[in-house]
Amino acid sequence: MPLEEPQRSQVMKSAVIQLPGLNRDRDMIAALTKISGKAPHTIWQTETEIPDVDLIVIPGGFSYGDYLRCGAIAARMPVMAAVAEKARKGVLVMGVCNGFQVLLEAGLLPGALMRNASLRFVCREVKLEVANANTAFTRGYAPGQIIRCPVAHHDGNYFADAETLARLEGQGQVVFRYAEGTNPNGSLDDIAGIINEQGNVLGMMPHPENLIEMAHGGSDGRALFEGLLGKAA
Amino acid sequence: MIKARVTVTLKNGVLDPQGKAIGGALAALGFAGVDSVRQGKVFDLELEGSDKVKAETELKAMCEKLLANTVIEDYSVAII
Repeated sequence: MPLEEPQRSQVMKSAVIQLPGLNRDRDMIAALTKISGKAPHTIWQTETEIPDVDLIVIPGGFSYGDYLRCGAIAARMPVMAAVAEKARKGVLVMGVCNGFQVLLEAGLLPGALMRNASLRFVCREVKLEVANANTAFTRGYAPGQIIRCPVAHHDGNYFADAETLARLEGQGQVVFRYAEGTNPNGSLDDIAGIINEQGNVLGMMPHPENLIEMAHGGSDGRALFEGLLGKAA
Repeated sequence: MIKARVTVTLKNGVLDPQGKAIGGALAALGFAGVDSVRQGKVFDLELEGSDKVKAETELKAMCEKLLANTVIEDYSVAII
């Protein structure tokens, strides 16, 4: 099935953060380019300024070889101060997989991601429930919609203290949940993705960028990016 | 020069699947009576200078900012 060309008014300006050891940056760049019609800026870890964009993405991989803790070293690189500053100003920020781990380590989202309960690296497809469809990232989905999405990680076991967890649940900050018994990592409350209180910083373990066209075997991830285009229009 | 050891451990109540697997392996080796294993990290540091009070303050700051994730981990600092 040929991809629809995005309308010019929908062109979204985006930036992809690059760090040594990330390996899903090219997938993310391809998805953003195909869906928005405009290639994202690529921002190296030592940069201290990020251009004027609608969306900043920290993609997946193994930044700094997962040394110390996943995302811990990356979160202390100069570019992350610039990401935090943009986030404060309301720019949309999305961290996928290792990018989610980086956002947690940087303190831009609450909680932590621990080693999978199985102790195994999981690389498979899961089902996700869109637990909150009223965010900039999920407006392309229906509330409670179940979508397919690939995961590939060793440390996706979300943990937060009881008080934080109650706050996340109470305020609708749990955006994606593993559904139909597909929780691959032991994550508390089947949490797969959360958003900050302001609603502009999303972290998720699954990879929507890897399910955007029929050549991927499905396109359930596409609505996330298309919803963001609506935001920027 | 000051030598220091920083120990980082998981907080009580945080599940430790790695520690649990290690406990299982110990039992498989015949070590009976191991009720619990919790895995942690040790960092040995060598610091310039000789001011131990200053070093301890510095080490705690290092823990807060990088060595420990205080969401899930506790730390202790010892000058050795």
